[in-house]
Amino acid sequence: MDKIIIEHLSLQYSDGTESLRDVSLGIREKAVTVLFGPAGGGKSTLLRCLNRLNDLTEVKTSAGRILIDGENILDPKTDVIALRRKVGMVFARPVVLPLSIRGNLTYGLELAGEKRKSKLDEAVERSLKLAALWDEVKERLDDPAIALSGGQQQRLCLARSLALQPEIILLDEPTSGLDPISTGKVEAALQELKKEYTIVLVPHSVQQAGRTADYAAFFLQGELVEYGEGKAMFTSPKEKRTEDYVTGRFG
Amino acid sequence: MKRLFTLNRHLTERLGFSLITLMAVLTVVPIIGTVIYILAQGGHAISWEFLSGFPHDGMRAGGILPAIIGTFYLTIGTAIFSVPLGIAAAIYLSEYAADNRWTRLIRISIINLAGIPSVVYGLFGLGLFVLFLRFGTSILAASLTLSIMTLPVIISTSEEALRAVPQSFRTVSISLGATRWQTIRRIVLKEALPGILTGVILGLERAAGETAPILFTGAAFFLPRLPHSPLDATMALPYHLFVISTQVPNMPIQIQYGTALVLLVFVLTMNVIATVIRSRARARRQW
Amino acid sequence: MEKTLNWREYIITRLIKASGYSAIIFVLLIFFFLLREGVPALAEVPLSALFSVRWYPIEGDNFGILPLLTGSLIVTLGAAIIAIPFGIGTAVYISEIAPRWMREILKPLVELLGGLPSVVLGFLGILVLAPFLRRFLDLPTGLTAFTGSLLLGGIAVPTVVSVAEDALDAVPRAYREGAWALGATRWQTIWRVTLPAARSGVLTAVMLGIGRAIGETMTVMMVTGNAPVLALSLSSLFSPVRTMTATIAAEMGEVSNGSTHYHVLFFIGMVLFLISLGVNIAASSVVFRAKKRAERILS
Repeated sequence: MDKIIIEHLSLQYSDGTESLRDVSLGIREKAVTVLFGPAGGGKSTLLRCLNRLNDLTEVKTSAGRILIDGENILDPKTDVIALRRKVGMVFARPVVLPLSIRGNLTYGLELAGEKRKSKLDEAVERSLKLAALWDEVKERLDDPAIALSGGQQQRLCLARSLALQPEIILLDEPTSGLDPISTGKVEAALQELKKEYTIVLVPHSVQQAGRTADYAAFFLQGELVEYGEGKAMFTSPKEKRTEDYVTGRFG
Repeated sequence: MKRLFTLNRHLTERLGFSLITLMAVLTVVPIIGTVIYILAQGGHAISWEFLSGFPHDGMRAGGILPAIIGTFYLTIGTAIFSVPLGIAAAIYLSEYAADNRWTRLIRISIINLAGIPSVVYGLFGLGLFVLFLRFGTSILAASLTLSIMTLPVIISTSEEALRAVPQSFRTVSISLGATRWQTIRRIVLKEALPGILTGVILGLERAAGETAPILFTGAAFFLPRLPHSPLDATMALPYHLFVISTQVPNMPIQIQYGTALVLLVFVLTMNVIATVIRSRARARRQW
Repeated sequence: MEKTLNWREYIITRLIKASGYSAIIFVLLIFFFLLREGVPALAEVPLSALFSVRWYPIEGDNFGILPLLTGSLIVTLGAAIIAIPFGIGTAVYISEIAPRWMREILKPLVELLGGLPSVVLGFLGILVLAPFLRRFLDLPTGLTAFTGSLLLGGIAVPTVVSVAEDALDAVPRAYREGAWALGATRWQTIWRVTLPAARSGVLTAVMLGIGRAIGETMTVMMVTGNAPVLALSLSSLFSPVRTMTATIAAEMGEVSNGSTHYHVLFFIGMVLFLISLGVNIAASSVVFRAKKRAERILS
């Protein structure tokens, strides 16, 4: 079933650069959907539309609809705060907030009004276990988060989104700054997570796209070129442009 | 020929560097000299009686307590008005304002506020607070006048401190379901606090040392008692120093230097605190 | 819960926005009150009398502000001659020559000078500088425009240093490295590359320093002798003068509200306000222009 349905989405930034052109796409529930393609193709822009983070940037025009569970989230009347709790996000560079490890994890919940310590502790443990970080940090939850290594920080960021019990997780090149071992841990965590969550991933390489994708969408200069099942896309793409990119002829 | 040229080049450089260094030395030495001179000359005047007593014999004897307390009140009064307003204005400029004509107008206004002569602030305070709003010559009128004068310092240093907080913190906080204000309060303000504090103290330091803005808005030549309410006039250290060094004949020089010393220590302490906060925050910062 | 959150957010945002705009309101308020109290002077004193050379407001209603204008100008000019070279020199030293530890000491020290109360400098001017100058230059009195200029120069220096140093600091390191790579000495780099690249910021520094000097009140009131004499030649530099700021500070306490004298003092305040407005708008437009140019080049 499609969790997210994108209909004829177009978007242009105030500085004149067009970022998305008439994109229509359905994103499956409880699966990893990969958005890939060369830089500047509009993948990150699309990702940032899904939790309305683009509200922070100067957008000139936008058209189309994005339906999550049947509701158009681009509607001005949407409760964006609730939306962002439902749609978690992990960024390319691990940005831990200047708080303790625990403080990072409980930040969103406290904002949502959760004050009970037992609930908060439960959320900390559950999300850290899901992000495969619990064993490494359980002894030092009150240390500053900045003291963690890069790979640990990124998994903390993932755990931080999970603590809010979202339904959808957006990941924007989450492993671009990590070594192969840390990358492997994050990818493994994603394979576990997809049993419960809808995951939209912008990978940092075609190889990663191939390793993780259940479904894949190929973007080129703001246009959705091809969409299909992951395996098929990377072995026998229908479009010439997709094939050229996947086989490394450009990009 | 070529060697001569090279020699020449390096000679010029040596001479030039010496000249510039000399200028820097000539700028800095009088500052240190001034401070040390006043500390040395005024040191003899300092006693418990001088700090805790009232002036008598036409201010030619006794202490300066009412002036010390007065400056303290004025500084607090200035802080009450200028700190919240200044920080809020800085938050607006750094977190909310779009880059448009109105924002530029605000910035030009702040630059102009910073440049308006202090005595003109005094006139303004007289016109608006003392006469028009009928606060009279009072601590309230003087504090309000000093607040507006202090505002540009607080705004510009606080804005700088807020802008230094990485943008990514804001994005992450918003993505976790925080509103803009929650993000500012929980993350941005907390990180910018040392910088804001430095700016606030530097602004108040200037207010504490000013004379011209309080001349006609709140300063009293002599008061036999401490002020009771914000609507009373008050003595103040800088004005008192002005009075006893120009208006009172046969003033004992000890008392003059002693008063200058107390004012200097008041101001220097604030300055040192601000400098220490800033350098410690820089050393501790992790981004 | 969500509702109250929205309301709080809304009110706080409004308050913050209002605070942001308060700066504009204050400038307008200041101008309005100066106009309100100062413009009646134009009705009460004929323009020719206002711009005459005699200022004796107590006996004989002579409200000629020319001596005060020239007094302010000559003291400021003297201060500029001192503050510009020393200010820029110190800024160059701090930003280009000084080792790091030296910079860490010098910057707070210069900032300290900016924080010294002007009344303390005036006090030392009376007790130390003026007697010294009188003996050294063999003058009838040490309380002269020159004494004021020396101290005002000191007061303007921190402004010049901090703005000029920011400007020098903002010159990209690549410019300097490029010059060194071409074989320029550090001295040549400073003169031919760094300073020219920072010139708009340095110009702003000079203007703001001058603005600071024109507006200074207590120091000049205490050390310039306060004689309202037309100052037209260089020799006036070594005789007593009286500035606009000092006149307001010295006389406002003694006039009755609403009198002609009172209105004229506000009129002088208005002139001072307009001068500082002019200086600051000019200074900031230099910065904005330079920034626009930089943006054009970079884009």
